This record gives sequence, C-alpha cells and structure tokens, in this order.
Amino acid sequence: MKTEQEKEQTIIMSGNYAAAWGAKCSKVKVVSAYPITPQTTVVEKLSEFVDNKELDANYIRVESEHSVMAALVGSSMTGARSFSATSGQGLLYMTEMLHWVSSSRLPIVTTIASRGIAPPWNIWADYTDILSIRDCGWIIQFASTHQEIFDSILMAYKIAENSEINLPYFIVYGGFIQSHTSKPVRIPPQKLIDDFLPQPPKDGWGHINLDPDKPITHGNLVMPEQEYLDFRFLMQDAMIKSKETIKKTINGFNTKFGRNYNGLVEEYCCEDADVVVIAYGALAEQNKIAVDQMRAKGCKAGSLKLRYIRPFPTEELLELFNGKVEVIGVVDRGTAFGNPTGGPISTEVMSLLFRAKRKVKALPCIWGIGGRNVTVDDQVGLYEKLLRIKNKNEYPTDETCQHGTVWMGLKIGV
Amino acid sequence: MVSLKELIKQESTKPELFLAGSSACAGCSSVLALRWALKALGKRTVIVSPACCANVYIGLWPKTSPAVPYINMAFAAGASAAAGVVAGYEALGKKDINVLTWAGDGGTVDIGIQALSGAIERNTNFIYACYDNEGYMNTGTQRSSSTPKYTVTTTTPLGKHMHKKDVAQIIAAHDIPYVATCLATDPVDVYNTFMEAKAVHGPKYIHILSPCAPGWRFDVSDTVKMGNLAVESGFFLLWKQVDGRMEIKGKSLKALDKEKRVPVKDYFKPQGRFRKLTEEQISEMQDWVDRRCDRMARRLQSEADL
Repeated sequence: MKTEQEKEQTIIMSGNYAAAWGAKCSKVKVVSAYPITPQTTVVEKLSEFVDNKELDANYIRVESEHSVMAALVGSSMTGARSFSATSGQGLLYMTEMLHWVSSSRLPIVTTIASRGIAPPWNIWADYTDILSIRDCGWIIQFASTHQEIFDSILMAYKIAENSEINLPYFIVYGGFIQSHTSKPVRIPPQKLIDDFLPQPPKDGWGHINLDPDKPITHGNLVMPEQEYLDFRFLMQDAMIKSKETIKKTINGFNTKFGRNYNGLVEEYCCEDADVVVIAYGALAEQNKIAVDQMRAKGCKAGSLKLRYIRPFPTEELLELFNGKVEVIGVVDRGTAFGNPTGGPISTEVMSLLFRAKRKVKALPCIWGIGGRNVTVDDQVGLYEKLLRIKNKNEYPTDETCQHGTVWMGLKIGV
Repeated sequence: MVSLKELIKQESTKPELFLAGSSACAGCSSVLALRWALKALGKRTVIVSPACCANVYIGLWPKTSPAVPYINMAFAAGASAAAGVVAGYEALGKKDINVLTWAGDGGTVDIGIQALSGAIERNTNFIYACYDNEGYMNTGTQRSSSTPKYTVTTTTPLGKHMHKKDVAQIIAAHDIPYVATCLATDPVDVYNTFMEAKAVHGPKYIHILSPCAPGWRFDVSDTVKMGNLAVESGFFLLWKQVDGRMEIKGKSLKALDKEKRVPVKDYFKPQGRFRKLTEEQISEMQDWVDRRCDRMARRLQSEADL
C-alpha cells in the first residue's frame, strides 16, 4: 500500500484553496498575510494548515499589507521560504515593499486574486491591481485554471530561488470567478514534489543571509557615480535570463508530473490564423471556444494567451507577427489611463509591431472591467471586428469604440 | 546593574561591534547609544533599521560601521521587517540571535507606529529601540509628533503647536513585558537597559532620548550636558515598566521632587530650537513638566500602595 507521501490525490477545491495547497506542498517556512476579499480564503486555509500542524511554518498575522511584505523581506533574508497572498487594494498598499523585495532579490512567491480598484468599491475580477505594479521587478504569471494555480506555485519557487534569477514571483488569477469556484485539483505525491522542489540551502540565498557569523550590511546609501545603476541593470538582466529558466522549469515539471504547460505564451490555432486575439487570464482560456466557433464558420481565427507579462514574451510575439497573421486584437482586463490605448498590455504588445518584418494591423480592446461578464458571443464579436479590418480595412465606429480602443460593453459613449 | 568603572574595565578588552569611521554628525548621541547597546547585546545580534539618521551614519556604500548584520529598511517597516526576521529564525530553528529594530522618532511615533503596535501585540520576541531626537533630523529638522511644543523646526518656523506624543506610554498600554526609557548620553544607562531587555522573552521597547546638536541647535561639545538637563529638569523621565510594574530610574528620582527639579528654562536656554519661547510659554511648559512629574509620582505612590 502506498503511504500518504506516495499517493496522488484529487480534491475538489476553490482556486484560493489551490493556492493554499500550493504553498503547503512547497513547504513554505513563513507565511504572512492580511485578509482582503477575494483572497481571504487562501489565508484562512493556510491558518488551518499551520494550526493543525499540517504545514510546519511560522504564520505572521500582521496588521496591514505593508507589514506583510516587510515581514517577508525579513523572513526571506534569513533564508526561509516565504509566501503571501493578496488582492486589489492590499497589493497596492504593499507597493513600496514590493520594490524592496525585488531590489533585495528575494525569492518570495505571492498569489493574487485580482479585483477592481476602488472607488467605487469593486471586488470582482479585474487585473488593474497587478497591472499597476507590473514594473516593480517581480515575475508575473497568470494562471487560468485551478490546477495551474497549484502547479505554478511549485514552479515559481523553483524559478525564483534559482541563483541566476533570484527574483520574486506573482501568480495571478481572477477574483471570484477563479478564486471562489471549485474544480478538481490533482495534488501529486509529496515525495515527488520534494524531489522537484527541495528545501533551500541551510546557509540562505547566495547573495544574502542574515548570519551573525558572517555579518553584512544591506542597502546602504549609494552615490550616483557608484553601482546603483549596475544593480538595476542586473535586475533587468535577470528578468531576461529568467525566460530560459522558466521554459526549462516548465519542461521539467511537465515531464515529472505529466502536465502540458506552455512557455511564456500559449498559442491556440495560431499557425495558419489571419486574425488572432492576444489576451491573458481565464478569459483568454475561454476565448478558445470563440476560436472554435469562428473556425466552424470557416474563419482562420487564433488565440494567443500571454502566460507571462514579466518577463515579456517579446520573441514569441515577434514570431507571431512575422508569420501569417494579418490583424491582431489585443485585450486588457485592466486600465492604464492616459497611455496610448488605455490598456497597459495592449500598448506593450503593439509597441512590438514596429519590430515585425511585416505589416500587422491591431485593434486594442478592454474587457471584463470590474468583473463585467464577457461571454463567448462577445469574444466572437471581437473576431468579427478583426475580420472587418482584415477584409474591408474598416475599424469599428460604434459607441463602444472610443479613442481607437474597444471598451467591450461600454454604456456611455463620448 | 553595572557601574561605569566596571563597564569600562569589562568592555575595554572586547572587540567593538560598531566600528570607528562612521559618518555621524559631530556630537551625535544616537551613534553613542547604538555603540553601547551593541556592547550589551553582543555579536549575535541582527539590526533592522528603518529610514532614520542611522541609515546614513553607519556609512555610505561600500563602507559600513556595524560589525553585526544590519538591514536598511523602509520607513514604515522597522517593526514588521524585524518580526519577519524573528519568524524566519524561529522557523529555521535558530534561537540565540537578538533581533533589534533601531529606529528614529519619525519611524516610530509617526509612520512606523502601526507596524510597531502590531509587532508588540503579536508578542514578537525582539527589541524595538527608538532613539528620539525629537524631529526628522536626517531630512533637515522637520517636526515629528515627538517634537516638543513650541519647538522651531523647518516645518514649524514659528514653533510647534502641540505637545510631544508620549509613545513609550502608548507602548506600555500594550501590556508589553518590558518597556523603558533611557538616555543616549549615559552609556551606563543604555548598557544596563539593553542588558535587562535582552534577558526578557517577548517584545521589548526602549525609548532613548537622543540630544541632537544640529537639530536642537546647541554646541556639539554640549551633547551630554543636554541629556543631563533633560532629565534633571524632569522634561524627560527615566522609567521602566517590567511586567506591568512601573519603576522610576535613579537619575529621575530627583526630578520628581519639585525642590530639586532644575527649572525647564535652564534646559531650553542653550538650545536654539526653543529660541522663540516667550516668558509665558516657558512658564506654561514649566507647568506641563510639573504636572507630568506629579502624575508620575502619584502613579509610583499608588503602585507602592498596592
């Protein structure tokens, strides 16, 4: 008979519980968190794991998200594997410390159940929280299924703790529609997980270890002509290098656990597609159904899911642009007011078009803001807009298209 | 309790944990206090220091004075980051390391008070020391909520309107096992206070009055004198509360006696920051000091009666 350690179990659980299970199976040593909807059940489940001694970790129940990330800076500097989870306002409140983590090159993993930013209060899926802090030096991965939330945490520690990388890591999923719905999640045997993700070295991370026997001072004031600039370059360098580490880690994980994850992007019917929608998160997963419906009508539609936005999948997107695609729709579930498109990622994706060897037309789109429902029909509608651009060079002019961007479901025109 | 003579004899042969060549201002009492605090805490100590003078006086990169691990920390995060260090060590089974937060008054009484209160409520096993130079001295003498009433700072050019926040009493209200005030200019007091704190399990809070020559505008040779006057005038009271029991420290005992209390104007006079006080304001401040000393005396009496 197999022991608990050797058995694989399938448990029906919420997306948030999948995150808590991911932290438990990664054998994190320190958890720090503060309650915020819709992340709350992650930290409730983790409290249960710790108090029932199913997880041998120190849980710091702090008084704010700023303190969450500060506490994890401290714990990670001792070499303890550290975890947190947050959402929306909480993520924004910890912003200062997010930079502290990445600039200290600490391999902390945090899951985000994304929600809209107030006011007015909004607790439903909207990635403006994570998109607002996308440039603070964390790897950012979207998980679009419950299984992916769980699995990604194991991979995240492996990638973040790689001494070539040493960057913190966010795993992002949508509030409620992912955090609070339940699906079966396969939990591999712990022995197999331990084999894939061993405990970190006892003497801490290579670059920092708070050891009184080997004292260091961290973070002293640096003058402009000294190495501040170089430290910053090394962070960008690590981001770029992490692309290979990410791909290798995913391949290793797929082999070991029998999964089928893609690299920085996941393409669906893109090889021969002349219209492709580029999106991220669970709606990008749903978009595959729209592709199937378009294909059934004889249209060469494709869908490209951005699994990562930091590091940015530049090479993968250029490959798409240099292929057969004629029109792309680039979709944000989040806002960046005043930037060229109003959506942060559509602006970044479209900025790569000038590096493509051929002309590709683009339509930026914003969908699902504040948890607004986006149906497959809506997604089919977007493909039809792309086809009109392809066939007749006609860009949408209806009231949902404002300043060149489609705001799907917009009720007030200007 | 060790005496000055014993302390000098005992420490003269030990290696320094705060090395010479720091970039502190001339006459800095905070750096003096840190040096003597480290003598008490010893080599197995980690310092977390939120934005404050210490971030600068330890030295500019790549030079550094602390001979123990020292982390520069965000302004609001002195206590929370230290709590994380404690949690990390506990989780990894390392039990013999003192974790010290070394913060200024801005990082304690203003931006850091929430994290401090939280860390204490969670019973974090660490020492939080606030060296109180009564203003944002590192950024050029702006007022903090620890700045005394009528003090001239660069953000209160006509003098501050409110009294100093008594954060040590706020901390004492947390039912903390050890809270004490001490005087940066008295190495023996600093040493003994940290020795006591080190022996207690759980959160310890030490509030250190740190005269600051450039911020308070007195001559750099008068730092120790300013510290002594603050205590002799009763303007700053030295006390400790161990397991809820309040005790006054020897040096402040005299100040509780109105007859022996040095007039507060003698403390104000050598300091440029109090230069705009009128006679009326000085007498108002004298009343404030007298009332505080009386309140402390009554409290001590009521505890003695228990």
